[in-house]
Amino acid sequence: MDTKRIVFVGVGGQGNLLSSRVLGEAALLAGLPVNVSEVHGMAQRGGVVESAVVLGGALSSIVSDGEADVLISFEPSETLRALGKCSKETTVITNIISLMPFTVMVGKGVYPNIKEALELIRSKVKRLIALNADALAQEAGSAMAVNIVMLGALAQSNTVPVTADQMKEALRQNLKPKLWDINLKAFDLGFEAASKI
Amino acid sequence: MHELLKGKPGDRMLLLGNEAITRGAIEAGLAFASAYPGTPSSEVALNFYQIKQETDLYFEYSINEKVALEVASGAAVCGLRTMVTMKHVGLNVAADPLLTLAYTGVNGGMVVLTADDPSLFSSQNEQDNRYYARISGLPMFEPTTPQEAKDMTIAAFDLSETLQLPVLLRTTTRINHSRGVVTLGEVKPRKTQGSFTKDPMRYVTVPAVSRNLHVKLLQKFDQALDLANASPFNEIVGNGKLGIITQGVSFCYVQDALDDLKAHEAVSVLKLGFSYPFPTKLVEKFLKKVDKVLIVEELEPIMEEAVKALAQSLGLNLSIRGKGVAQLNRLFENEPARVRTAIAEYFGMSNPAKTKVDLANVPPLPGRPPNLCPGCPHRSAFYAIKKVAGDEAIYPSDIGCYTLGMLPPLSAADFLICMGSSVSSAGGFARATGKHVIAFIGDSTFFHSGMTGLANAVHNNHKFTLVILDNETTAMTGHQPHPGVDMALLGQPNTRISIEEVVRGMGVKQISVVAPRKVKDMMEAVKKSLEFDGVSVIISKEICPLYAKKVAPPAKVRAFTVNQSRCKNHRDCVNLFACPAFFLEDNRVQINENLCIGCAVCSQVCPENAILPKK
Repeated sequence: MDTKRIVFVGVGGQGNLLSSRVLGEAALLAGLPVNVSEVHGMAQRGGVVESAVVLGGALSSIVSDGEADVLISFEPSETLRALGKCSKETTVITNIISLMPFTVMVGKGVYPNIKEALELIRSKVKRLIALNADALAQEAGSAMAVNIVMLGALAQSNTVPVTADQMKEALRQNLKPKLWDINLKAFDLGFEAASKI
Repeated sequence: MHELLKGKPGDRMLLLGNEAITRGAIEAGLAFASAYPGTPSSEVALNFYQIKQETDLYFEYSINEKVALEVASGAAVCGLRTMVTMKHVGLNVAADPLLTLAYTGVNGGMVVLTADDPSLFSSQNEQDNRYYARISGLPMFEPTTPQEAKDMTIAAFDLSETLQLPVLLRTTTRINHSRGVVTLGEVKPRKTQGSFTKDPMRYVTVPAVSRNLHVKLLQKFDQALDLANASPFNEIVGNGKLGIITQGVSFCYVQDALDDLKAHEAVSVLKLGFSYPFPTKLVEKFLKKVDKVLIVEELEPIMEEAVKALAQSLGLNLSIRGKGVAQLNRLFENEPARVRTAIAEYFGMSNPAKTKVDLANVPPLPGRPPNLCPGCPHRSAFYAIKKVAGDEAIYPSDIGCYTLGMLPPLSAADFLICMGSSVSSAGGFARATGKHVIAFIGDSTFFHSGMTGLANAVHNNHKFTLVILDNETTAMTGHQPHPGVDMALLGQPNTRISIEEVVRGMGVKQISVVAPRKVKDMMEAVKKSLEFDGVSVIISKEICPLYAKKVAPPAKVRAFTVNQSRCKNHRDCVNLFACPAFFLEDNRVQINENLCIGCAVCSQVCPENAILPKK
């Protein structure tokens, strides 16, 4: 099968590593060869966090510039920052809700205009799926579930050879039962939102 | 039960490289482990720490890497299977015992994990620890995937017992922090009690003994070389006339490149997993079957030099290249495109690379550097100290979260080279400049390698102030315990060593113990310390809020808020203190109450007393 390279970006605290791990575990359930790379350490003190999932038999666990099949971003300015991973064949799935870096919060940096940024991204890649994952996470019952909303959107986008059911099963395996309801709902809401885009 | 103890032989799990190494050690019957944490090695030690709670595995967080290796050496000589884990620079600290432990050797298998960090994701340098195999004469394994990390850990224990030598397991960040599918194996029972047979002619390395031991080490080297030449971890893949020699994670990039370039037929790959002693017989066989060779390795051209030297001694004149081909160079980690481009260029193949999107019209993006957390006591300490000593003073810093104090507006780090360098270098700065020097060190780093520097400073009559930022844990690497930690908080017998008593015992005459969130108290302590003619120490004592949340959660968090009618928009809070809980709205400062932990320091910073607890 063809190799699929999926890059996840977000900000420390957004649950980036859980979502790439769940996709990886889902691939294992699907019987697909899979490698995942993660960034640990200093990056977690509010910095940028990047991970990647490579499906389908390639041995690498990282993705070079221009070689992501899918870019999933939990924060729109981070989508722009990671755009170098994309080519015109890439599907980009992004949250549209900003998490202002501290530099911007205190007037020492300028945050890009998100509407313009989304148009710019749309003009450069194969497909853009932009959704308000924060609102959907809250609707599911926890602001912390943005990462799972985004996984739901990924499952719907038909870009990876892993099914929504496999992802949900992996989600259950990786979370305590008391967190299942909220996260499965977040997953479904993300899936549904992506189907309308 | 711990996740890594659960699986049955044959089960397939998606494991982090560090989890695979842990599982490998457990399968191999590891009995005794020690470590000092450091990214990217830390999860191995964390897993051992957790597994220790439910089995008879002995594990300790040692005070530093040298001590960790020495503690384990005693157990290994008595026949236990031991493992010592550390990051690459940690092996510098442990190099002294390592190089002579190579002479005495061990009886139980000993594996030393050195986790290198090409690209410096979280390190002060990107030194190539493959050199440590060469300087010590010890065998080295270098896995390419998490599965191989597990397999090699087990093989390393066996090899260590065969040769009676410690064995180095060298990984890089992309092995430690990548997940892959790993098949589990049988767990061997561990032998937790050993015995010691006295043999001074082997174990007491006076010159007369060591002269003989060095001869013995070289004999073992020859034996290791034979094993490396025959090792299944060193294999030739493919039959093409074009040759690639590679190792570690670069092997994966080479394989993927050959897929993309459809070049498997044309190329033979020699993968060196048991990489030292350098398997010359196998490499000779490879060189004789190919027409030209590309060496793909990260960082230093170690294999490249060895292969060229071998070719010269064999009188072969085929083309051998490595660094300098396309983007292959000595800096930073490799990645798939870098390796593919080099292969395509060197062998004259067409490279079907995807073109990355044009980034010319992407707007400039605001930086998002890692930052000290809201309520971090280091921020309070830096703020108060800078208020007294300003930018004129010199601030040697050390390794820990507080290194983030280098960023403006705190700008509280002027010099940093390694663990413990703050306190030692401070004496040099003070003598050379006559300026005020204030050095910063964390509690864990103080025990790791700050105490010797402090004793040295007292003995040599240096004049500077050492601020020990005591947040009661090893915060940056994930809250590991150290000798100054209240172990009762972790449900264990309390062995806490008082930093204040250590400092006093070392003869420091000017000591202040301050709660850093009391800005005036801290400023007073700084003034007193700077006036003192000699070594002064300020112990800035406040538990890390992230750690406190886990072990001793505060009863109630009362967030603060800005009283907008009192606020005159001086912005000292944002411009000088810069807690990440602040934000601007309509050009007015506000506090994000979800981030604020109610530490109340900003209320002491505000000249208008406009920052108050939220009602």
